[in-house]
Amino acid sequence: MLNEFFKDQLWLGVFQAVVTVVLALVVTLVGRWWKIHLEKEVVIALVRGIVQIVIVALVLVALLKGPELVAIPVLLGMIITASFVSGRRVKGVAGSIWVSFYGIGFGAGLVILLMVLAGVIDPALTSVIPVGSMLIANSMNTCAQALERFASDVKAHTGQVEAGLALGAAPAEIVTPYSQLAVHSSLIPRIDQLSSLGIVWIPGLMSGMLVAGTDPVYAAIYQFSVITMMFASSGLTSVVAVLLVQRRVFSPAQQLLLRPGAPTAPSKKDRAA
Amino acid sequence: MVILETTHLTRTVDEKTLVNDISIQVERGETLSIVGPSGAGKSSFLRLLNRLDEPTSGTVLLDGADYKTLPSGELRRRVGMVLQSPYLFPGTVAENLRFGPRQHGKTLPEDRLRHLLRQVGLESYAERDIARLSGGEAQRVSLARTLANSPEVLLLDEPTSALDRTAEAEVESLLGEIIAAEGLTCLIITHNPEQAVRLSRRSMLLEAGKLVKIGPVEEVVHA
Ligand SMILES: Nc1ncnc2c1ncn2[C@@H]1O[C@H](COP(=O)(O)OP(=O)(O)OP(=O)(O)O)[C@@H](O)[C@H]1O
Ligand SMILES: [Mg+2]
Repeated sequence: MLNEFFKDQLWLGVFQAVVTVVLALVVTLVGRWWKIHLEKEVVIALVRGIVQIVIVALVLVALLKGPELVAIPVLLGMIITASFVSGRRVKGVAGSIWVSFYGIGFGAGLVILLMVLAGVIDPALTSVIPVGSMLIANSMNTCAQALERFASDVKAHTGQVEAGLALGAAPAEIVTPYSQLAVHSSLIPRIDQLSSLGIVWIPGLMSGMLVAGTDPVYAAIYQFSVITMMFASSGLTSVVAVLLVQRRVFSPAQQLLLRPGAPTAPSKKDRAA
Repeated sequence: MVILETTHLTRTVDEKTLVNDISIQVERGETLSIVGPSGAGKSSFLRLLNRLDEPTSGTVLLDGADYKTLPSGELRRRVGMVLQSPYLFPGTVAENLRFGPRQHGKTLPEDRLRHLLRQVGLESYAERDIARLSGGEAQRVSLARTLANSPEVLLLDEPTSALDRTAEAEVESLLGEIIAAEGLTCLIITHNPEQAVRLSRRSMLLEAGKLVKIGPVEEVVHA
């Protein structure tokens, strides 16, 4: 119906973006009224989001005409970016970006590779890039969530952790309950995604396939497979990231480095260590 | 015989020197109290002794050996620590006592468990859930948990300051009895001069991270 007012599709897009941005800003202001200060973060995220997605759309159109191997640098670029996004979320853990990189790279990377080899994901760029990006994005969220949960649980239990250290316990042993909880809680959204599939949530991929005239049952089953892969890649990511981060919150002499009020940004020196 | 010695022990964090060039010797079987105003660096000093924090310079000799040559787990079994708050692990009292020995591949024998509980006056508490302990009881479990590791040196950071008067007196007298009975070497932080006098013969006074005085307790705390 809006199409009648906007002859040019581009102006329709601009109009839609402006309306949604206003909506997001209103929500942010509501948060501010409740003393939740997200303004700066939200504005930066909005600007980054629109610029990135438009550039990527243009680049993708160009890339999709290229050879299939183009998928490798594209997906790797996505994994690296996702590592920064996830790693930055976690304050006070040196090298959290590396931890995220290994976690997302292993989780999403392995699942994409195996599924392409198994013939589940079509290696055509038009398929492997969008599906791969979904897996990477889900791994990224899971990774950030697992790391954040682990770090905040350890910070909230410094007394207990140090009591364990003071009794001569090995760091990994002491933080096992927090690691298990972090992995578990980070996967709950993925499980909910599976169980709500089709009822609360009809994903865009399936909608697209239906519009394109794919057999509806196949579109549904394929969508299910993609969500199942998301769970697998997120699960691997979460386990790897938590196993790696466990060791980074302690020094080699088994001292707890992560304390409330610990430095927020990992320094270059720490990351190299 | 000297069991524990610090040599120029120093810890600096963000340009602030929390512990400044402290060299002391502790005799086997002796109790040394550590006193000084709030923020003097008493806890920071004690945390260096079992290497919960890393010295910026200087080191600690345990039985003549540089403690950096020992695996941290082994060092911390030999140099036990009781904190101001007990920080017990979820579960029962007995499970808390068994935790330390298990970390070193040992099982706490049942009679030793009962002996420890008797020492802290909690004979019947083995299967009690730690959520149902009073503050004083929890602190006594924390003490027994550390003793279960059979430490050679016991570090105590204001072990009674979080308790009310009655519990404080109770824990303090138990502590005195156990130290004497076991012939433990002990370093205890206290902000209570009377407690320092009751529990130790020798005392050290810290101010702004520096060792100001060390000597007979009466001379140090009543100066
Ligand atoms: N990790 C840290 N980083 C920076 N400063 C610290 C750190 N830990 C302690 N401090 C500071 O070091 C100083 C000494 O602290 P410490 O806890 O050792 O004092 P204290 O003598 O035990 O005091 P209290 O009697 O209040 O327990 C304080 O000024 C404290 O703020
Ligand atoms: Mg203190």
